[in-house]
Amino acid sequence: MKLTEQKLTELKHHANEVRKGIIRGVHAAKSGHPGGSLSATELFTYLYMQEMNVDPKNPQDPDRDRFVLSKGHTAPGYYAALAERGFFPMEDMETLRHTGSYLQGHPDRKHIPGVDMSSGSLGQGGSAAVGMALSAKLRGKSYRTYCLFGDGEIQEGQVWEAAMFAAAKKLDNLVFIVDNNGLQIDGRVADVCSPYPIDEKFASFGFHVINVADGNDFEQLAAAFEEAREIKGVPTAIIMKTVKGKGVSFMEDQVGWHGTAPNDEQFKQAMEELEKEGR
Amino acid sequence: MSEVKKIATRESYGKALAELGRKHDDLVVLDADLAAATKTGIFKKEFPERHIDCGIAESNMMGIAAGLAATGMVPFASSFAMFAAGRAFEQVRNSIGYPHLNVKIGATHAGISVGEDGATHQCNEDIALMRTIPGMTVINPSDDVEARAAVEAAYEMEGPVYLRFGRLAVPVINDRPDYKFEIGKGVTLREGKDLTIVATGLCVSESLGAAEMLEKDGVSARVINIHTIKPLDEELILKAAQETGRIITVEEHSIIGGLGSAVCDCVSRRNPVPVYKIGMEDVFGESGPAVELIKKYGLDAEGIFKKIKKELEIC
Repeated sequence: MKLTEQKLTELKHHANEVRKGIIRGVHAAKSGHPGGSLSATELFTYLYMQEMNVDPKNPQDPDRDRFVLSKGHTAPGYYAALAERGFFPMEDMETLRHTGSYLQGHPDRKHIPGVDMSSGSLGQGGSAAVGMALSAKLRGKSYRTYCLFGDGEIQEGQVWEAAMFAAAKKLDNLVFIVDNNGLQIDGRVADVCSPYPIDEKFASFGFHVINVADGNDFEQLAAAFEEAREIKGVPTAIIMKTVKGKGVSFMEDQVGWHGTAPNDEQFKQAMEELEKEGR
Repeated sequence: MSEVKKIATRESYGKALAELGRKHDDLVVLDADLAAATKTGIFKKEFPERHIDCGIAESNMMGIAAGLAATGMVPFASSFAMFAAGRAFEQVRNSIGYPHLNVKIGATHAGISVGEDGATHQCNEDIALMRTIPGMTVINPSDDVEARAAVEAAYEMEGPVYLRFGRLAVPVINDRPDYKFEIGKGVTLREGKDLTIVATGLCVSESLGAAEMLEKDGVSARVINIHTIKPLDEELILKAAQETGRIITVEEHSIIGGLGSAVCDCVSRRNPVPVYKIGMEDVFGESGPAVELIKKYGLDAEGIFKKIKKELEIC
């Protein structure tokens, strides 16, 4: 089903709020990872405002859809989306990474409402997501499981162990998503240790693969997730091309903004841009 | 004297899983292409739909176990100790330990009693690795009776547990009507006043043999079986330190970081007494029949006896 104009406007508004939450969080923390949080902002927003069956009033509902942020360093984007969905106040983003805050540098399922799995050591989230999807199959439950990887992260071998297993066990209730923003800490993924072609790799592992040309476009995301729901017998991999740092002009496609917080001046500029965009 | 019954604790593991599987339908067993060796095949035969073979990918298996536990199931993830604690250490630490998920790790083929496969497969470091993870319970049962009880107790408790089993058939020493297994509680198997042997796993029965030899030599040795290395029964250890003034630890594991270190951590603070650690002395194992290796590295009754005698002569 195509997104209505109204729904699209709403999602764009939510995404803008999520972006502001990210910038507020990493600025207050004076550390953190804005680049990959911003590239996946539409994805986080789409999952939590549209796709997933979750209820902030009942975060432990055993039948809820599950999400694992395997690229756990982009927790600011994840947290801001959870806040936007109502799991906790957006103001708390300003406690991100602070001593004593529940908003840990990487996702912590023990303390953060809505977080299904602790993650952050790259390559591990996919296996946990596979376990969640397998659990649903074993017990005849209908919830779906989603897992987001970075394009640099898929250099980790465990991702492919998980992929092999998911296809072998026909986990069609599982969706792997790769945020292909093209950059990792040491440079372009293509230069550091190329994971390309990502789509062919997942296809050869037995996944139904959906390429999304612009993962910062809600209509394209909607089409991809709708298609994934129809797939039976095999897991789905959504490879979405995105722009790292999306939405903040000076951060876009800049490797330096992987894990750097904006200073006060940069914060002001970023927030002004986002306020303007939100109008 | 009738022949002593011998059973490998990996066999006990497989049988206990099948028994528990009959009672609890949330119990699932994971293996990494070693079901015949870890003995989870016994469970598989009865409950094929609840036995998940992950293939040769232990890191992934630990993560899958985490996901299963996060959604309310009770997974027992099984492999050789080398791969469960060694290969997958970081997955166990970050995907199971940190989120404190209800995963039970069944690690078989621990220590040099793996035998002929040699050093690559003889894990003498797993206790050290596992006990450093916050919230991880570490259990190393001494025989069939204790191993079965440990598997059940691990299922009953909430939180991650590392269970250490062996390949070699070992004497059944706990087959008595009043035997009771309680996680974190050591068992005094023999009273003594001159020193205390604190042993774990297959070294418990060997230590009982050593204590008998010592007795003939005029040394009265207490023997304590520590099946739970973490949380350690500190009260029992401190009492032994106070009453006997000397502790000998015996384990089929490196003397660095295992039971011996745990005991030292305990007594050094509150009642420092000499502790002599018997185990693998910062060396790798090697190929050979298990019984021969245990003898070669001085972990059989006679070896333990000789080491203690020598230590008593020095200090």
